[in-house]
Amino acid sequence: MADKIELTINGQSVKADKGMTILETALRKGIYIPHLCHHHDLDPVGACRLCLVEIAGKWTKIAISCKTEVQDGMVVRTETPEINEMRQVTLELLIADHDTDCLACEQNTKCALQRVADHVGVNKERLQRLKSREVKAPIDDSNPFFNFDPNRCVLCGICVRTCDELQNVQAIDFANRGLGTKIAGFGDKPRIESNCESCGECIVRCPVGALTEKDYMKPTHQVKTVCSFCGCGCGLILGVRDNRLVSARGDVSSPANKGRLCVKGRFGYKFVNHPDRLTSPLIKRNGEFVKAEWDEALDLVADTFSKNKGEKFAAISSAKTTNEDNYVLQKFARAVMGTNNIDHCARL
Amino acid sequence: MAGLATSLGSGSMTNTISELGGASVILAIGTNTTATHPIVALQVKNAVRNGSKLIVANPKEIELCKFADIFLQHKPGTDVPLLMGMMRVILEEELHDKSFIQSRCEDFDAFEKSLAEFDLDTVEKLTGVPQDKIIKAARIYATQTPASIIYCMGITQHVHGTDNVLATSNLALLTGNIGKPSSGVNPLRGQNNVQGACDVGCLPNVYTGYQAVAIPEIKNKFESAWGVALSDTPGLTHTKIFDACYEGSISTLYLVGENPVLSEADASHATEAMKKVDFMVVQDIFMTETAELADVVLPAVTFAEEDGTFTNTERRVQRVRKAIDPVGDAKPDWWIACELAKRLNGKGFEFSGPEEIMEEISSLTPAYKGISYARLEKGSLQWPCPTTDHPGTPFLHAEKFGTDSGKGKFKPLTYRKPGEETDGEFPLILTTDRSLYHFHSTMTRRVYGLNVLAKEELLNIHPEDASGLGVENGQMVKVVSRRGEVAVKVKVTDICPLGTVSMTFHFAETPTNLLTCCELDPVAKTPGTKVCAVRVEGL
Ligand code: SF4
Ligand code: SF4
Repeated sequence: MADKIELTINGQSVKADKGMTILETALRKGIYIPHLCHHHDLDPVGACRLCLVEIAGKWTKIAISCKTEVQDGMVVRTETPEINEMRQVTLELLIADHDTDCLACEQNTKCALQRVADHVGVNKERLQRLKSREVKAPIDDSNPFFNFDPNRCVLCGICVRTCDELQNVQAIDFANRGLGTKIAGFGDKPRIESNCESCGECIVRCPVGALTEKDYMKPTHQVKTVCSFCGCGCGLILGVRDNRLVSARGDVSSPANKGRLCVKGRFGYKFVNHPDRLTSPLIKRNGEFVKAEWDEALDLVADTFSKNKGEKFAAISSAKTTNEDNYVLQKFARAVMGTNNIDHCARL
Repeated sequence: MAGLATSLGSGSMTNTISELGGASVILAIGTNTTATHPIVALQVKNAVRNGSKLIVANPKEIELCKFADIFLQHKPGTDVPLLMGMMRVILEEELHDKSFIQSRCEDFDAFEKSLAEFDLDTVEKLTGVPQDKIIKAARIYATQTPASIIYCMGITQHVHGTDNVLATSNLALLTGNIGKPSSGVNPLRGQNNVQGACDVGCLPNVYTGYQAVAIPEIKNKFESAWGVALSDTPGLTHTKIFDACYEGSISTLYLVGENPVLSEADASHATEAMKKVDFMVVQDIFMTETAELADVVLPAVTFAEEDGTFTNTERRVQRVRKAIDPVGDAKPDWWIACELAKRLNGKGFEFSGPEEIMEEISSLTPAYKGISYARLEKGSLQWPCPTTDHPGTPFLHAEKFGTDSGKGKFKPLTYRKPGEETDGEFPLILTTDRSLYHFHSTMTRRVYGLNVLAKEELLNIHPEDASGLGVENGQMVKVVSRRGEVAVKVKVTDICPLGTVSMTFHFAETPTNLLTCCELDPVAKTPGTKVCAVRVEGL
C-alpha cells in the first residue's frame, strides 16, 4: 500500500497509493467528480456512470473513475465538454423520474443528487420532454422506524450493497428491469416482510432522500457517548433538541463499532423521554404510592436502613448504570451498611 | 466468570472485538450472536467473508449458522462432552501445541486422564452430534491459527456453567490459541456494563478489581482508604439473597435498576421472597413490575442524563456523557447513594461528581490505575491499564497468565447431567433465548417501533413436536414446568431440534422465568435457565 503513484488530475500533480481509484484520489485531493453510487465503505460498481473522466497519455479513453485504478504517469481530466454532455444526459434521465419537492425532503441541502445537478447543470427543455411518469409510486412505510420513497430513489444500489457487503443480511435487491426497476425486499414485498433487521445502516448511506427516518427532527446539538443496551459498547452520538433526544448515530471514531449500530442502538434511545419515566420519589402508604420530596424519601430510607445494618441488609446494583454509580453503591453497602451482601443483576 | 478466573487468571474477554475479524477460525458456542451482540456478529461475518472458518455449536439453528462451515447441533446441556470430544480428537491426532502446553500451562496430566470417559461413541450418544462432524470441527479448530472462541449465556447459564467455561479454556490452552492477537477465549458480556459493575466491586466476594474481601491485606487497604472497619465475610450472591429474603434472614433490600419479577430464574420464588422482606427500596427509571412491590421507589436517571463510564465486554472503559438534563426530579444513582450515606453518617461520600469517583476507583484498583477522565477524553482505554502512560491492553496473557503461578491451568472435567431432566410428565426441554429487538424488557418495551418488530412472546417448536401435540402456528398454548405455567403463542420452526422448545423473556405478559429453574451452578451461582423440563398443552 505504501507504494506511491504520481499522476496528473486537471493539470495538478497528485500522489496516490497503489490500488486507489481515480475517484478516491480526486476526492481526497478535494477535486469533485460527480458521483452517486460510490461509497467509501463499499466496493465500486460503476452503476451511475456520472463519474466519467478522460484519461490521456497511452491510455486515452473515457473511463469510469470509481472503477479505474491510478497508474504512474496518468493524465486525467475530470471536466471536458464531451464528458459534461454525457453526464447531463444521464442526470436528466434520473431527474425525469425524481420527485422535485426538495424543500419537503429531509436530505435537502445534504443531497448528493442536488450536488450533481448543481455541478453538471440541466437542460430544462430536454427535461420537460423526458418527464413521462406522473403517477407516483407508493411509499413503503411498513417499517416502524424508516420509510422508503421510490420516487426519490436514484437506484445507486448503495442500500443494497450496504445490506449485503456490510451487514451480510441481503434483505433488499433490485427488482424488475428497465424503467420498472426498483429496490425492494425479496419477491417485491414490503420491507417489514423481508428479513431486514432494521439496523438503519442503509438509511445512513442513502445519498438522497429515498430512505429516511420516520419523525425525523434535526438536532440542535450532539453529544458523544456510549450505547446503553448490550456489552458491545458501541460509540453513539446522540442528537438533542429542546432537552429531548431526537436522533442517534454511530460514532466512527469508536474502536468498538467504528460507526456501526444495531437497531437497538440506533432507535432504542426513545425510551429515555417516554412518558412513563419516574419523575419523583414515591412512598407507599396504605398500599398506594404517594409522591414525596427527595428529603422526605431519603430520610425515611436512611432511617429504616440505620436499624437494619449488617447481614440483614442486601443491595443489588445494576449492570446498566455507570461504573461510578456501581462503585458508590458497593462502597455504601460495605462501608455504611457493614455487609458484603452486594451483587449485580446479571451473572455474565 | 468464575471459570476463566481460575484457569486463566481473568474472567474477561481475552481479546478485542475487532480482533475477531483477523481470526482464521472462530468457534461460536452457546451464543446467538446476531441477536445478543450484533456488532460482534458483524465482525464474525466479516471474518467469514475474508475467508476464515466458522464453527457454530448451538442447540438451535441460529442465524449465524448461515455463515458456518460446520454446525454442531448438540443437545442442551452437553457442552462439556462436545468440547471434550473435540479435544480427544486433537490429542489422538497429535494436533495439540506441545511446546505451549509445556512452557505455559500446568495440570495437563490430570486433564488428559479425564478425557478417558469421552470416547466419540459416548460423545455422540450424549450430544446427538455425529462423530465425523466432531472430528472435522476439531481438525479445523486445531489446524487454523489464530483461533478464537466466543461464548455467551448458552455456556454460563447452566447448572454446570463453570465446567462449560473450563472446557473452552482447556481447548484454547491445548492448541496454544491464547495470549496472541485474534487468539483466545471470549465470554460476551450481556448487558452494557456488566463488566464494569464487576470491575468496580459489585460482587459479594471482591472489592474493585477482583480484590478478595477475605484477604487481610486487601481488607486493610480498603479500611484505611475508606476510614471504616469492614467485614471479611463474603456476602451472598444475587440468587442467595433472594433465598435469604424468602427465609427471613434478610429484612431490608435495596434494588437498583433491576427487575427480578421478570428477569430472575424461577421468578415466582423471587417475587415471593421480595414480598417477604420488611422494607424494600427500588431505584429505577420506570415503574417496573418489581418496583410495584417496593415500599419506596426512587427515580434514577438514564445513561443520557449523567456523566460517567461504562466498561464494555472487551474491557474497554469509555466515557458516557450527559446529553440532556434529568427527566423530572430523577437523580443519578451515585448521588442517591451518597445522600443516603451522609444521612447514615458515612464517611467518604462527599464526591463532587463522577470524575472524583473515578479518581478513587483508580487509586484502589491496579487494573484501572492509569485510567482518568483526562485520558478518556482522548479515547477509550482497555484495562489492565496500570500506569498513567500505559496504552491499555487489547489482548490478555501475552507472556504469562493471571493465575498465582502465572501458568494456564488445565482442568479435568467429567460429564454431569443437566440439573433438570425430562420425564413422562415434562417431556420437552425449554431453553431461553433473546431477541435482537429487545433487551430484557424495561427499556425496549417502551420503544414503540421495537414492539412492532417483535410484539409478543413466541414458543419456538419443531414441526414434528407440534404435530405430535396437535398444535399449529399462531395457536395459544400453555407451557408448564415443575415451577409454573404461562400461556404463549406457538411458532412452528425447525430452528429448534426435536424435543427442544425455546422462548425469550422480554414480555411481562408472558413471564417465561416463572418456568425456569433456579438451581445454581455450584461455583458461579448462576441459575440454569438454559435447561428446564416442560410440557406443552393446547388451550
Ligand atoms: S435496515 Fe439494515 S438490514 Fe434492513 S435493509 Fe437496511 S441495511 Fe439491510
Ligand atoms: S448499538 Fe446494538 S450492538 Fe451496539 S452496544 Fe448498542 S445494543 Fe449493542
